[in-house]
Amino acid sequence: MSDLTSAAAAVGGEAAAPTPTGPAPAGKKEASASLWADARRQLVRDPVFVVAAIYILLVTSMALFPWLWTRTDPRACDVKFHRTPPNAEHIFGTNILGCDYYAFNVYGARPSLAIAILATTGIVVIGGLSGLLAGYFGGWVDAIISRIMDIFFSLPFLLGAIVFLVVVKDQTIFTLAFVLVLLAWPTIARIMRSSVISSKNLDYVHAAKAVGATNGRLMFRHILPNAIAPMLVYATITLGSFVSAEATLTFLGVGLQAPAQSWGIAIAQHQVYFLEDPWLLLFPCGLLVGTVLSFILMGDALRDALDPKLR
Amino acid sequence: MGRYIIRRLLQFIPTALGTMLLLHYITSLAIQFSGNPVRALFGDRQPPPAMIDAITKRLGYDDPCLDQKGSLCIKLFGERLQSVFLHFDFGINLRMRPVTDLVAEAIPFTLKIVLVAIIFEAVVGIAAGVIAGLRGGSFSDYLVKISTVFLISVPIFVLGIVVREYVGVKFGNTLRGQDWIPDVISSGVFASGFKLEYPFASLIIPGLVLGATSLATTARLTRTSIMENIRADYVRTAKAKGLANKRVIGVHTLRNSLIPVITYLGVDLGALMGGAVVTETIFNVPGIGRLVTQAARTGEAPVVIGVVTMLALVFLVTNLIVDLLYAVLDPRIRYE
Repeated sequence: MSDLTSAAAAVGGEAAAPTPTGPAPAGKKEASASLWADARRQLVRDPVFVVAAIYILLVTSMALFPWLWTRTDPRACDVKFHRTPPNAEHIFGTNILGCDYYAFNVYGARPSLAIAILATTGIVVIGGLSGLLAGYFGGWVDAIISRIMDIFFSLPFLLGAIVFLVVVKDQTIFTLAFVLVLLAWPTIARIMRSSVISSKNLDYVHAAKAVGATNGRLMFRHILPNAIAPMLVYATITLGSFVSAEATLTFLGVGLQAPAQSWGIAIAQHQVYFLEDPWLLLFPCGLLVGTVLSFILMGDALRDALDPKLR
Repeated sequence: MGRYIIRRLLQFIPTALGTMLLLHYITSLAIQFSGNPVRALFGDRQPPPAMIDAITKRLGYDDPCLDQKGSLCIKLFGERLQSVFLHFDFGINLRMRPVTDLVAEAIPFTLKIVLVAIIFEAVVGIAAGVIAGLRGGSFSDYLVKISTVFLISVPIFVLGIVVREYVGVKFGNTLRGQDWIPDVISSGVFASGFKLEYPFASLIIPGLVLGATSLATTARLTRTSIMENIRADYVRTAKAKGLANKRVIGVHTLRNSLIPVITYLGVDLGALMGGAVVTETIFNVPGIGRLVTQAARTGEAPVVIGVVTMLALVFLVTNLIVDLLYAVLDPRIRYE
C-alpha cells in the first residue's frame, strides 16, 4: 500500500481518523448546507486551491479535447528527426521515434486521468457503500465486511496490482482501473465506516428513527450527508495517488503498453536517455508531478475547509 | 488486554485464509486461461509430450481442475493449505527450488533496504517535523511544509530514476575517477545499482529513495502532533512551574507527540516490505519484489501465493504489534 496509504496519511494523517462534521441536532439541513456553503466560500478564497484547480482544469481539457492544445498527430513520426531538442517547430522536441513530444504528452493526459477518475468513482461507490452498511448495521454484517476488507487491505498494494495485472494480461484503461479499485476500496470503506459509527448515535438520527424512518432513509438521508466529508477529502487525494499508480504500473511494464500514449510510457521509454536528453523525462514528469501535487493540495484545502474545528 | 490479543489473533485466521484463497484463485485462473506454465521452461523448443507430462506431474500442475476454466480448485487449495500449515512446505518453483529457500535468499536485501529507509525517515522526518512544529509559521515551517508536499507528489519511480542517473551515474563517475576515494564509497555507496561486492553499501541509496515518501509523511505527522500538544494544558503547566525549556519540549511535549509517529513507523515497516518493488526494479536489487514480479510473469503459482501470503502476515502482525504498542505508550487507550 505504499503510494495510497502514505499519501493519505501524509496529508495530516487525519484521513483514518475522521473528524465529525458539525453534529447539529436541530435544523440538520440548514447546518449541513451552511457547512458546504462555508467550505465553498473558504475554498474560493484559498489561492493554493484555486491554482491547483486551474491546473487540473487545464489537464482535464487536455484529456477531453487534445485537439484544442495541438494540431499535430502524435503518431505522425519521422525517425530521421529522433530525439531533437526543443525548437521552434517542436516545442518539446521529439521522442526516440521522432514523434512530436508535445503532442505525445498532451494526448498522454487522457489515459492517466481516465484511469484515476474511473477508479476513484469505483472506490467511492463500492467502498462508501460497504463502509456505510458495515458501520450502520454493525454485528455480523460488520464482521463479514470487515474481514473482506482485511483480506484486500493486507495485500501489498503494488505487488497485488502486479499479480492481478499479470494474470489479466489484457492491460487496458478498464482493467487497470478495476485492479486499482479492487486493491484500494477497503481504505475508503474504513473511513466511511468509522464516520458512520461516530454519527449514527447522534440525537437527530434517534429522532428520525423515533418518527419511523426506514433503514434506507436513515442511512442515505440522515447519516450519509453528515459522514461523507472525510471520504470526499480522501477521494480527492486518491485521484492524485491513482495518477501516480498508473504511471508506476506502466513503468513496471504491467500497465498500458507502448503504442498507447501516456506519461508513464513516456517516462519508461526514455529513462535511459536521461543524462543526454533530460527534457525527454522533464516534460512527462513535470505534467505528472503537477497533476498529483494539484490533487493532493486540493484535498488538503478541502479538508481544512470542511473541518469546523479549524475555523 | 489478553482477551484483545486472542481476539485479534483469531481474526487473523479468516483473513490469512481469505488472502491465500484469493491468490490461489487468481493464479489458478492464470493457468486455466493461459495454459500450462511448464511449457515456458522450454521456450521455442518442442519437447516430447511425455516429458512435459512428467515435469507437470512432478511440479504439481497436473490437477484436472486446472483445465476447467473458472473452477475454484477447492481440492487443490486444501492440499496446499495442508502442506503449508502441517509441513511448513510452501511448494516449489519451476526449477524445483523450495519457495522457503527463495524467500530466504531474497529477504536479506529487502530487509536491508527497508532498514535504511526506516532509520532515514525516523531520524530526518522526526527532526524536520519537530523543527517545523515548534516554530509554526516560521520560514523553516514553510520550508518543511512545501518540501514534504513535493516529496509526496513525486512518484517514487521518478525520484528513483533521477537519483540513479544523477547520483549513481553522473556523480558516481566523477568519484570513480579519483584515486583517493575508497572503493566502498565510489563504487559501493554511489553505484548506479545494486552490486554484489558491496551488499550493504550499494543498498544505502536505494534505501534513501524508498524512505523518501514516508519521510515526508513522518515529518508532517510529527509537525501536526507537536503543534497540537504544544498548546496542551500540561505543557503550559510545565512552563508555568518554571521548568527549563529543554525539559518542557524534550520530556513533556515530545514524548506525547511521538506516539502517533511511532505507530505510523510501525505500520510503514510492514508496508515498505511489499512496497520496495519499484526501488528494487530501478536499482536492480534481487529482493522480494523482484522475486514476486518474476514469478507472476512465469506463472509460478506457489511462489506468488507463498511470498505474498508471508508479506500479508508480516503486515498483519506488525499492525497488531503497533496496536498493542499504542496501548503501552498511551495509557489513555485501553483494550478490553
